[in-house]
Amino acid sequence: MISLSVSEHSDALPAPATGGRAVRVDGLSVTYRAAYEARPTLRNTVVRLGRRQRMIREIDALKDVSFEVPHGTVLGIVGVNGAGKSTLMRTVAGILPPTRGRVEVEGRVSTLLALGVGFNPDLSGRENVVLGGLAAGLRRDQLRAKYDEIAEFAELGDFMDLPMRTYSSGMYGRLAFSVAVNMDPDILLVDEALSVGDARFKRKSFDKMRELCDHAGTILIVSHALRSIRQLCNQVLWMHKGEVAMFGDADGVIDAYSRFMDVGETDVALEDL
Amino acid sequence: MSGTIAPRRRAREDEFTAERHVYEPHRIGLPPLRPYLRELWRRRQFALEMSRTALRAQHFNSVLGQFWLVLNPLLLTFVYFLLVDILRSGTRGAGFFAHLMAGLFAFNFLSGSVSQGARSVVGGGRLILNTAFPRALLPISSVITAFLRFVPTVGVYAVMHVIAGLAIGPHVLWAVPIFAMLVVFATGVAMLVAAAQVYFRDVSSFLPYLMRIWLYGSPVLYYLDEVPDHLRWIIDLNPLTPMFASLSEVLNKGHAPSAGLMLWALAWAVAALLVGGLLFMSRERDFAVRL
Repeated sequence: MISLSVSEHSDALPAPATGGRAVRVDGLSVTYRAAYEARPTLRNTVVRLGRRQRMIREIDALKDVSFEVPHGTVLGIVGVNGAGKSTLMRTVAGILPPTRGRVEVEGRVSTLLALGVGFNPDLSGRENVVLGGLAAGLRRDQLRAKYDEIAEFAELGDFMDLPMRTYSSGMYGRLAFSVAVNMDPDILLVDEALSVGDARFKRKSFDKMRELCDHAGTILIVSHALRSIRQLCNQVLWMHKGEVAMFGDADGVIDAYSRFMDVGETDVALEDL
Repeated sequence: MSGTIAPRRRAREDEFTAERHVYEPHRIGLPPLRPYLRELWRRRQFALEMSRTALRAQHFNSVLGQFWLVLNPLLLTFVYFLLVDILRSGTRGAGFFAHLMAGLFAFNFLSGSVSQGARSVVGGGRLILNTAFPRALLPISSVITAFLRFVPTVGVYAVMHVIAGLAIGPHVLWAVPIFAMLVVFATGVAMLVAAAQVYFRDVSSFLPYLMRIWLYGSPVLYYLDEVPDHLRWIIDLNPLTPMFASLSEVLNKGHAPSAGLMLWALAWAVAALLVGGLLFMSRERDFAVRL
């Protein structure tokens, strides 16, 4: 999704020194209260109250997760589907409230999360970029300054003024990625978006992320593409059923995770198809 | 002078874009109000832009385009006039037509704010799941959309006002504070239904009927003094009665509104904003989990 949180003073504040704490997660638990019923309607609620039933199941998406990363880290987050990776990303972004525990984030955050790329498909790419930027707290003049950069990086050309429903999924991804990285964030949260676009764009996004790290930026990446994770990340967090299974150097964790998955380091497992 | 103001402003902006975020448990309960309202104000451009794009999208595909913004309420007024006039066996004149028009246009604003407000949070699902911002911006943007739709109808009414030969003078300006109260009231109700819609998805299906009954229970299709005594208590309970009655006094009867009606209207407007706003804000952190 196109979402960013940027302030105007990138030159006023010195870039955070490498080694300073970027993200600290302390005893974090997140519990969803999911309703059984497919549609929460008034009638169902009344009936339920009448029977004194609680049709709510608690799902522990994250259980007592703690870790800390300094600025300049590229942290890969791996785990099977439903391990709580996306929930963790949303909590760090400040979108989901923690149920217990505490999250501290030092720096401007820009997010590239899987679910929504452009929240309104009837609006053009341009309108979605502007709305997403304004929602994240940018001023119009800041957006105007960034807009050309974003459009150029995404290489969408005339498509920027067409409704987003006419976009291919690769184009969606390119625009979202372009918005997220071109906001000069201190911390970039990327959820399963490494496979964005064609090979050339992938190369470009790789380089862009490297560039960000060189400027002491911090990146948190959720991905199933283990080879990309190994190349990009210096630390890896392996999540399993809402808990931290392992946290440490990229190679060590990925080796352990591959063994656990029992797939070995075959090409299929390493590469995002 | 400007030299002293600029640095101070910058320092203030730095303070609330402070790049340290701490997130702690807080699901239900009010967020700290001052930072919340400050963030809300800082992102006012978002609410405006959201409304503009909504307006553009709504009338993009039709032949008459933006003209519908005026045509729609105008046709509605004719339909209701015909209905009421038949029921009254043709005794209604141009003065009543103007009363009906003013009331319907104002009511249209309210009903637009509320029905769009109900969908605002649920419809903003992706944005809510991916960006942290004060969610109150969404229902507020619905009210702005309804207001932008209302603005051109003021011109239509002005023409009708003159045609009907109604009094023009400084008393007409009373319509501004009366409408302002309606805006405040609409904002409160929009926030209330927006939050309710997250929990009960059938709220928006009920709303059209609710709004219609609300219209019939307000002094729009009739004058307030025509209401039979034994039904008067229902009309008096309606929060819209003091607003629409004062509007009619000002525009149609041509004198300043009675102080009692104005105070009553103000009380309703403030109460709606407080209840809707506080309920919405205390629940909004929960929205991302419910969508």
